[in-house]
Amino acid sequence: MLKGAKTGVPLWLLGFGAVRLRTDMNRLLSLLFHQGVLDEQFLQLQQLQDQSSPNFVSEVITIYFHESEKQLRNLRHLLLDREMWDYVKLGIHLNQLMGSSSSIGAKRVRNICAAFRGAVEQNNRSACMRALEVLEHEYCYLKNKLHELFQIEQQRVLGDAVRYPGVVHQQ
Amino acid sequence: MVHEMEDEYVEDMEVEVLSSMWPEDIDEAGKKFNVERPGSHDNMLEDLAFVEEPSIVDFKRLVELTSYSEKGSSQLAYLVQNWEYKQENAVRLLREELESLSKQQREVELKKLEIFEQHKFEEHSYAGDKRPVSVLDGVYEIFQDIPRKRNDFIVEDKRLKIDAEYDTLVYWKQQALELRKQLEASVQREKMLSEKLEESIEKLEKQSSPVEELSQILKRADNFLHFVLQNAPVVIGHQDKELRYRFIYNHFPSLREEDIIGKTDVEIFKGGGVKESQDFKREVLERGVAAKREITFETELFGAKTFLIYVEPVFSKDGEKIGVNYMGMEITDQVKKREKVAKLREEIAVQKAKESELNKTIHITEETMRAKQMLATMSHEIRSPLSGVVSMAEILSTTKLDKDQKQLLSVMLSSGDLVLQLINDILDLSKVESGVMKLEATKFRPREVIKHVLQTAAASLKKMLTLEGHVADDIPIEVIGDVLRIRQILTNLISNAIKFTHKGKVQINLYVVVDPYSDPQEPNLNTGRSSVSTQNGVILDERAENGSHSHETVVWLRCDVKDTGIGIPEIALPNLFKKYMQAGADTARKYGGTGLGLAICKQLVELMGGHLTVSSKEHVGSTFTFVLPYKVSHVCDSSDDTDEFGDMNDNESTDDDISCGIFQFQPHTLGSLFTSNGPHKERISAFPDDLYTIPCSEVNPKEISILDDDHSCLTSPSSKCNSENENTTCTKTEKQNCDDVSVASRSPSDHNFYNSGEARNGEEVIKSVTKPKILLVEDHVVNVMVAKRMMRQLNQDMDIVNNGAEAVRAVQNCAYDLILMDVCMPVMDGLQATRLIRSFEKTGNWDEATKAGVEPHNSLSFNQKSEKSRRRIPIVAMTANAMSESAEECFENGMDSFITKPVTLQNLKQCLEQYVE
Repeated sequence: MLKGAKTGVPLWLLGFGAVRLRTDMNRLLSLLFHQGVLDEQFLQLQQLQDQSSPNFVSEVITIYFHESEKQLRNLRHLLLDREMWDYVKLGIHLNQLMGSSSSIGAKRVRNICAAFRGAVEQNNRSACMRALEVLEHEYCYLKNKLHELFQIEQQRVLGDAVRYPGVVHQQ
Repeated sequence: MVHEMEDEYVEDMEVEVLSSMWPEDIDEAGKKFNVERPGSHDNMLEDLAFVEEPSIVDFKRLVELTSYSEKGSSQLAYLVQNWEYKQENAVRLLREELESLSKQQREVELKKLEIFEQHKFEEHSYAGDKRPVSVLDGVYEIFQDIPRKRNDFIVEDKRLKIDAEYDTLVYWKQQALELRKQLEASVQREKMLSEKLEESIEKLEKQSSPVEELSQILKRADNFLHFVLQNAPVVIGHQDKELRYRFIYNHFPSLREEDIIGKTDVEIFKGGGVKESQDFKREVLERGVAAKREITFETELFGAKTFLIYVEPVFSKDGEKIGVNYMGMEITDQVKKREKVAKLREEIAVQKAKESELNKTIHITEETMRAKQMLATMSHEIRSPLSGVVSMAEILSTTKLDKDQKQLLSVMLSSGDLVLQLINDILDLSKVESGVMKLEATKFRPREVIKHVLQTAAASLKKMLTLEGHVADDIPIEVIGDVLRIRQILTNLISNAIKFTHKGKVQINLYVVVDPYSDPQEPNLNTGRSSVSTQNGVILDERAENGSHSHETVVWLRCDVKDTGIGIPEIALPNLFKKYMQAGADTARKYGGTGLGLAICKQLVELMGGHLTVSSKEHVGSTFTFVLPYKVSHVCDSSDDTDEFGDMNDNESTDDDISCGIFQFQPHTLGSLFTSNGPHKERISAFPDDLYTIPCSEVNPKEISILDDDHSCLTSPSSKCNSENENTTCTKTEKQNCDDVSVASRSPSDHNFYNSGEARNGEEVIKSVTKPKILLVEDHVVNVMVAKRMMRQLNQDMDIVNNGAEAVRAVQNCAYDLILMDVCMPVMDGLQATRLIRSFEKTGNWDEATKAGVEPHNSLSFNQKSEKSRRRIPIVAMTANAMSESAEECFENGMDSFITKPVTLQNLKQCLEQYVE
């Protein structure tokens, strides 16, 4: 059907896959929205990405992951320390994680942080442990999905670049 | 032989008599008593010892009764009849016997005659020796006694057997002897029979006394009755016409005979129920019909007891009432049980009813909740992507576009906003209904609200309508209320008015009214004061820095939204404010809409403590009126501008329109909406000074300067005044703060920032005079990145520090126009930093900061700038949790406003417009 189909070059290199990739991306995004993993703040983030900073979203997310991993490590460390129950530190870490998560629109992570903070305020260590586990799980899920998303995005950008080779150079 | 026969007879007779001892036909006559034949169980009765005391009888009365009362007499007659019948039977038997005897006698006589004829001739010779005729008479008599059934009995030998030769002397002698023997035997038999007869007669006489028999029968019946009734909780009695007891049977008597007989109930007992029973008996007596009733007695004698009473009237033979028979049975326990059961049943029924009611309610509630939840969820689901669309369009509008594209984009934005509004409506409604809706109290200017609402309406107006706003002079310049909701109400009402109006005008009138809920003195005071404050600008009430209002006055404002539209039929008025209701089905078809608007308006107005009413005349127009209470805010100085409505605000809104009272928007053609020059600015001569005309499609004219990248602001701050709009010529050059050119600023580059969070002080950069200086205090990298990026989209640049202490230092070094302050931060949080900054603004020194450990590092610049920096810097908090309490905390610590995280382009933009422009 497609004229490019017989050239032997991968479809996306010819740009024909762009539509499919876009659909995949949208599907993945809508899934994440539907699951409540992301919220509209993520869209805002995407809107902030323009030609002057084409990788803005992935940059921010990369930093987010970097920071969050540090915070999760800290949280686990603080919780596992049996002698000390550093209420204040836990709160600070959680607040930071919550703030950054809400900034990138990671809704579920943010909500779990809120619950975690509630558990901290109630001094409920077992609830904290549970919350931490859920939080780590959610975090991994988010990370995987966003990685998937960025991969598709990358392919798409490559495809776009193939299709409109001029655009990349013009920038 | 005869004797034997006699015995048989007697036996038969005895059986007859015995059976009659108990009146058989009592059984047949009505089966009143089912009694066994007494003969077989005579002993049974004898075994029982009857205590006859309980039965107290007035015997005279009984006699009277039996002779006068119909029942008694019939009973008596019945017994007599029975007795008579028995006697008759005996007589009949005797008669029959007699008959048979006489028959035999006749036969014997015939035989005798025969013999006489045979021996006529000898008769005289033996006359002396022979027995007189009386002997034969005796034989005759004897035969009379023989009962008939022995008829077959052959009394005599037909022939005497005589051995002697016939007709000889011997023969005759022998015959005479034989006959004589026979005669003797006959005489003897006669004697016996007569004896027997006498005996029988005697016996008959003995038996024949009816009184004895009757009394026996009665006694037997009495015994049976006693036997049956001996343990029954039954009272039986008879009372005469005056209801005096004549007879009473009570197995458990508590009174003696003389206490009862001849007295009435009332005379005997005292207490509850006695009168009732007496009345009941009287009633029965009067009516002549038997009746039953349950009566509860409450007497001293036997306490509380319930009796089932059966009373029947007693009639005399002529049908006159002569008294009542009365029978009572104690059923206290049964009544108690019955009542208990009834109560239980009732309770069960009530319980069941409650249960089903509850179930129904639960069901309905669940349904409603689910429906609401679904609606809210759906609305939310729709809103998220839609807000994406709208936000993207907004961002698109900030990029380089040509005129046409901008116009199209603005239409797109307004449509998107409309849909968003609708969805927000639904969400609002469910919020209000579920009680989640919280009202905010912010300062606002009613005139501007009206102006903006009209302006917005005019912008999308596609009809030839005039929009007018009249604000009375005594309306305070600023009041406090939930401006967003008030605007929502106004917008709703206006858009409704426009929708249903095809020609003429739509008008908003705002004026002060007296407090509808208090005495007339107070509101006058209010209006008086507010008008003073308005006209003279007198500060009645110094508002404290942290925003606490110590002496607030309340003013009631009435707002009429008047149109000259199609009006509302009277019949539709009651349903007007109900959800999803419109004036009529065809209205919905013709004009569209969800029917939610008015419902929301009403609920919002009521939530704010006011009320919304409507008056309308079909084909003439409608007026929607809402009255709301507002707190009056007292402004300390005019430069403390708290304009909430930056979004549509144009820069011309300066001091002169603060008190402007009349706005008018003339109709314009559809095409003009899309011309770049947009508005027809017309001045109506009637209102030469006050008239405020609004350009309908003015693009946000705020100065736009574009910085190529982050570094540019560090090195070469330049302002590019980019007049994208031909008609927008205003470029602000006179910002109050922009004259201090040598302001120290720290604007860390991204690179530095990410490497280390440490503060870099001392870098003094000469800032652009046209750009506001903004400080972002935020500790988290991601948030910083996002916020920074957004600011760039908004063509603003800002400095960034990582905690409160750094923020204080930054303020010491540089005069900022706006500080965006994260609340939760390490080292020093936003609240403390704000307090320190406010303390400096108040006192002019940094003592508080020094105490808190933040040393002013550059005393030189501090001294130089101390005077100028003492202007109050707007500080906007950024909080991660949107709870109201944390908002209050922010305000208490001197912050001006707060943004809920995540920071969005929209609220950042609003914030800038509010505090920087």
